[in-house]
Amino acid sequence: MTGNSVLLALVVATALGFDFTNGFHDTGNAMATSIATGALPPRIAVAVSSVLNLAGAFLSFSVAATIANGLVQTHLVTLTVVFAGLAGGILWNLATWYLGLPSSSSHALIGGVVGASLAAAGGHAVQWHGLTSKVVLPALLSPVIAGLVAVVGTFFVYRITRGVSADLRGRGFRLGQIGSASMVSLAHGTNDAQKTMGIITLALIANGSLTAHAKAPVWVIVSCALAISLGTYAGGWRVIRTLGKGLVEIEAPQGMAAESASAAVILLSSRFGYSLSTTHVATGSILGSGVGKAGAAVRWSVAARMALAWVLTLPAAGLVGAAAYATADGIGGTAGISTVFVVLAASVTGLYLASRRTTVTASNVNSQWSGSLAPARTAPAGAAL
Amino acid sequence: MNSWINLDALWKIVVIGLLAGAGLPALFALGLLALAPSDETAGSPTAAAPRPNMLGKLIAGLCFAAVLTAMGWGVYSIVHSS
Repeated sequence: MTGNSVLLALVVATALGFDFTNGFHDTGNAMATSIATGALPPRIAVAVSSVLNLAGAFLSFSVAATIANGLVQTHLVTLTVVFAGLAGGILWNLATWYLGLPSSSSHALIGGVVGASLAAAGGHAVQWHGLTSKVVLPALLSPVIAGLVAVVGTFFVYRITRGVSADLRGRGFRLGQIGSASMVSLAHGTNDAQKTMGIITLALIANGSLTAHAKAPVWVIVSCALAISLGTYAGGWRVIRTLGKGLVEIEAPQGMAAESASAAVILLSSRFGYSLSTTHVATGSILGSGVGKAGAAVRWSVAARMALAWVLTLPAAGLVGAAAYATADGIGGTAGISTVFVVLAASVTGLYLASRRTTVTASNVNSQWSGSLAPARTAPAGAAL
Repeated sequence: MNSWINLDALWKIVVIGLLAGAGLPALFALGLLALAPSDETAGSPTAAAPRPNMLGKLIAGLCFAAVLTAMGWGVYSIVHSS
């Protein structure tokens, strides 16, 4: 029996939607520093990152339903659970994007799926030990590790080049930044596109369209790669602005040190089977590059807001996931999922419209940080500032 | 080994992370230093010799090549870690 194809189509569409938000939420992880220092013009930066995410998504072939393995009892996962989990992930991603806060898309997705599983089958559906050791502890450690590497890198970079003219140093490190940011984009495509491939594969398995332990079909790989790449190209300008301008006033040498630290830590952790969130690593690195440079301004209040968002990610996405599950399951069947789908689409539209009131775009992403996300409106000529 | 934290992976990530993530930008910085005209680093700008010497260019080339090699290894490791 191959289950309900209408339901499956809704779930796949939602998963690709999540992948898209994953893309634009995380553009800043790789490109915020390059955009802030002018190493790359904003539009070019997101285009480069988009292409590298696409390439990264095809580079690695070990795609399976790994996202939920060891976190929830996968045999209890139904299509409705996957769908409700995705709804939680998407809403949290959009809410944090609206606030300009970089938060982990993987955590949002995991939180959503865990919340939905809890609502569906109760506490025994969740593997708490796996959740703590694979998700919670790495989240606490990863920004510290990346930050440490970035502090050391930034210190040496400034120490070594203190006699080099500002001109040569600026030009050199802007080039270096492009290289290191490209590595982060590539690594991001490899890691994050796979998570959605895994979720869709999980949905196909839950629906009976694929046997358990099956690999992701080619159409899943291609559509996920495209969705994350398009999302990246859309450019999450609000998050980019917070990371590039809000957290630390960043210079090219700091940018290169930060992105190198991110690239190294992300690649090493996936090599040693330690799942880290790209966002936590990138943010830790940027913070570290501020700490490592003597006299650099680090806005700890912005960092504290981010840390709060990180702590809230799992429970908040979980709550939405649980509520979405309860609603969809309460109404039941295709009608239930369709209802939640419509509510989700309405919320997404609402957040998008709300964001239009304080737009951040490629043209004002680098405006002076004046304490909040919203860039000051262009003052009329002659106005005193 | 601790079942909550994979300490074995953790210390490797920290040590190799420092070598690659902090060492490579430092190597890149050394390359830039080698490219800088020597009179500039001494802080006495003179009209003569604004170009870096051959040795400086050679050292810079080696540094940049090492950084590129490490990046190539990074891409290789992405493809083969799966």
